[in-house]
Amino acid sequence: MAMLELHNVHAYYGHIHALKGISLTVEKGEIVTLIGANGAGKTSTLRVITMLLPPTEGQVRFEGEDLTQYPTHVIVRKGIAMVPEGRGIFARLTVMENLEMGAYTRTDKKAIEEDLERVFTLFPRLKERRRQLAGTLSGGEQQMLAIGRALMARPRLLLMDEPSMGLAPILVESIFETIQQINRQGTTILLVEQNAHMALQIAHRGYVLRTGEIVLQGTAQELQANEMVQKTYLGMA
Amino acid sequence: MDWKRRFEYWRRRYDLTDVVVWAFGLSILAVAVYGAVRSLQTTPYGWKQWLQFVLYGFSQGGVYALIALGYTLVYGILFMINFAHGEIFMFGAFGSLFVGLALQRIGFWDRYPVLSLIILFLVAMVVSSTVAVIVERVAYRPLRKAPRLVPLITAIGASFTLQYTARSFFGSGPRAYPETPILAGSVNILGIQIGKPYALTIVVSLLMMAGLYAYVQFTKTGKAMRAVAENKEVAALMGIDVDRVIVQTFILGASMAGVAAVLYSVIYIQVKFFMGFIPGIKAFTAAVLGGIGNIPGAMLGGYFLGIFESLGPALILEGLGVTAPNQLKDVIAFTMLVMVLIFRPTGILGEALAEERV
Repeated sequence: MAMLELHNVHAYYGHIHALKGISLTVEKGEIVTLIGANGAGKTSTLRVITMLLPPTEGQVRFEGEDLTQYPTHVIVRKGIAMVPEGRGIFARLTVMENLEMGAYTRTDKKAIEEDLERVFTLFPRLKERRRQLAGTLSGGEQQMLAIGRALMARPRLLLMDEPSMGLAPILVESIFETIQQINRQGTTILLVEQNAHMALQIAHRGYVLRTGEIVLQGTAQELQANEMVQKTYLGMA
Repeated sequence: MDWKRRFEYWRRRYDLTDVVVWAFGLSILAVAVYGAVRSLQTTPYGWKQWLQFVLYGFSQGGVYALIALGYTLVYGILFMINFAHGEIFMFGAFGSLFVGLALQRIGFWDRYPVLSLIILFLVAMVVSSTVAVIVERVAYRPLRKAPRLVPLITAIGASFTLQYTARSFFGSGPRAYPETPILAGSVNILGIQIGKPYALTIVVSLLMMAGLYAYVQFTKTGKAMRAVAENKEVAALMGIDVDRVIVQTFILGASMAGVAAVLYSVIYIQVKFFMGFIPGIKAFTAAVLGGIGNIPGAMLGGYFLGIFESLGPALILEGLGVTAPNQLKDVIAFTMLVMVLIFRPTGILGEALAEERV
């Protein structure tokens, strides 16, 4: 059984038909990436999984359980955390308070302490700045905070929405290394990216979305070798 | 040559309305300064009297600040003015009135005066919170996703509904609040005589505000409130039940209003269905003065307004030869609001907030 399974999911923003029958699976331990242009439905897919955008039709199953019956704030208790689009850090809370919010649903103080250490090992910069307001961090640090905050929920599945957005190339590189590292430590990852080049380098499998539909799927190698993907998303002539 | 360009630049930056409004503001300021100078020269008040004005203003300001916190907390989280907040305050006063009368009847009131007072505070907090929770559930929650003006209209509707509910239950005339013998007379602070209820107000409001600040700053719920205020979607992704936090915010604000209601009633020793209107409007003014949505701003705005209102008539109006200046203290309060909005549209602490948001 797949860890996450979307079957024929439809969703709307008002009258806009954002997802037109998305079906996809994520297996335990994988990094799966969704690539596609702006407005293809990548973010909407993540929003459906977290019930920020409840689907009008279709199924969303996580570890066999139907997620559509839950409101957003229960989803994280099921083991899914999200790094939202544009980071969504709480600018007026300190770095430390942001991380505490990540662990909001948890009560196991000792394990939280361990995870905090893990986040600080992953991102030593956050430790230095833990008393600062998150709004005063640089873009790269904010992205680290958003990822660290999601990890504080100790998720089994991590959803990431454009973690490379707005970052300098060197930072993009290091963020992607971190994503691989998190995956190796046992967290399954569903990664939405416009930077298809980087995403396909670290992912095991991928889906290509266009106007709310999946037009192509396969292993990362297959997608990298695909002519259409090369032309449209990897910028090769 | 250069001056022409500069003139052009200024002309574009500030249009005629700005100039007129600023001129208006500056002229009021000039009149106020003139009045103050004249007052200080001609009135017989010594420093003790002035200090007394300040202390009484500080007391009144404490009540405003406590109520203002309710406006600012709810605005911070829902971006909506809860116009029914004055009525939430009023219901707290009525709740404590009835319990107070009952305690008086059974003799508890005279035997345990301090305990009775504490009970009144608790009752008012509970009653105000209950009303606030009902208002939130009935009038605001169903409209959470509606355009921003819609809940504003229901807020005004809720305000009227509560007022006239109270009127039909409790009558339209004022009710006498039980007198508190331990609060008779006055105390001496720094050589200045001040009525005991006023002194109580100063102490209790400071304590409540310190408590509220600590609660919002350091508890898990407080942090969740701040997270929800900043971004509801992301807060939900953290596992925070946003609706629950919103209710908690209403309860927190209403509890402050409940405490303010007892303090207010102990000072004015009467309770009436309409009593929430003026303090509500004043506290709203205080919240805007301080920068709406900003918690320290509401506290500061409340004290600022209270002290200004208390000092203003004697300090400014007497020097201008106005008779019975005390009746004009509301005019002073709202003139000051206009002035602050002219010179600092975001309120006293509003800008700091806007900067941090970036």
